[in-house]
Amino acid sequence: MCLAIPGKIVNFAEDGRLATVEVVGVRRKVDLGLLQEDMPKLNDWVLIHVGFAMSKISEADALEQMRTLALLGESAQAMQEVRGYGLEEE
Amino acid sequence: MKFVDEFRDSDLIKKTAEEIRRLAGTTRHYRFMEVCGGHTHAIYRFGLKDILPENIELIHGPGCPVCVLPMGRIDDGLALAADDHVIFAAFGDMMRVPGTHGSPLEYKARGTDVRIVYSPSDALKLARINPDRHVMFFAIGFETTAPSTALTIMRARAEGIHNFSVFCNHVTIIPAIRAILDSPDMRLDAFIGPGHVSTVIGCRPYEWIAKDERKPIVVSGFEPLDILQAIVMILRQMRAGEAKVENQYKRVVPWEGNRAALRAMGEVFQLRPYFEWRGLGFISQSALRIRDLYAEWDAEQRFQVPGVRVTDPKAAQCGEVLKGVLKPVQCKLFGKECTPEHPLGALMVSSEGSCAAYFNYEHRKAMATSLSRSA
Repeated sequence: MCLAIPGKIVNFAEDGRLATVEVVGVRRKVDLGLLQEDMPKLNDWVLIHVGFAMSKISEADALEQMRTLALLGESAQAMQEVRGYGLEEE
Repeated sequence: MKFVDEFRDSDLIKKTAEEIRRLAGTTRHYRFMEVCGGHTHAIYRFGLKDILPENIELIHGPGCPVCVLPMGRIDDGLALAADDHVIFAAFGDMMRVPGTHGSPLEYKARGTDVRIVYSPSDALKLARINPDRHVMFFAIGFETTAPSTALTIMRARAEGIHNFSVFCNHVTIIPAIRAILDSPDMRLDAFIGPGHVSTVIGCRPYEWIAKDERKPIVVSGFEPLDILQAIVMILRQMRAGEAKVENQYKRVVPWEGNRAALRAMGEVFQLRPYFEWRGLGFISQSALRIRDLYAEWDAEQRFQVPGVRVTDPKAAQCGEVLKGVLKPVQCKLFGKECTPEHPLGALMVSSEGSCAAYFNYEHRKAMATSLSRSA
């Protein structure tokens, strides 16, 4: 339920509300509305929960988070969630 | 601990485990509650119990939003979805959770329009592309998830999307901890604080636990080393006769939390006077409702909700397990009438619930061992 998935910001949408993140090669749009006070920059890493970036993290911590998900046996579930985000076509 | 050598920090893990042993000594018993279902899952998954000394007992707390949701709320949500006009949207975690007349997935098989979404904003998108239907998002989750629902509702209002509503089941963690601490049969010594909830609320809301209740609480990450380090921090506090809030998960959790997220929650939600939790009963000010300003997007204000109440089976001892009075396996129904395939009680419902986690790891392991012995 409470998956937090690390993704790297690779592109910003024009209005600045959405950004494209890359999670293990998969690109999806996520919402930046919860980081308005501490906006990420290009190539920053964020933790994503239910399609919203929740916090900025370092690259080392992002890689560690991926490892945690793998150890927990939740990588597949995380990728299913990321693939499921449907904001792409907006 | 089967995974210990696979970890990057396996030496550090062994050293930390030794430090725990040294600090815990042998003269007393410790009972620590991990509040978050994610921690419960990690503790079983990593077999952490096997490397902790026997006098440290981990009690699995109420932090699994699927588990603590009363069955009546699922019945209510699905009742609203009976209208052909309605699309019922929910996270995948909800799909197998049983209501009185079946789970959302079973309703879907019988013709209800049930859709899995991975984000509340995808539910809003469903409303945008289905203007002649009404999309009801069945929202669950603690403070980790509630801000995303709040922003989605704000967006629906800003964009003037009127065929969208939220059936709000968001709950808040602090009142549940208070309910557990207030219980007369409570016997906890300290808390392992939730990781991702704390990215939103920060560490300050836990201060009363340390100050008024004199119990240490350490916010922790989800790796084995994180959880073991949190236990070391708790034991050090106890040894020094202290009770403080500490943050082991500093790399992700800011002490002050996420102000933008808290603001969005404050804008859209207000506390309900009380809310029912499976296994714990009614807890005052423990859940969120949608403010009147956003009434149009509140399924409960917009539609006639039946208000179903379903009491848990009397024999199920979920409350005692939640408070750490009983271990999962000590409940009369555990592994018999109540299994992950056919959950009767709250804690068997989701893989993050303590009974399901216990069943999936410990119980199945024990069964396999006894089978191979008897073969």
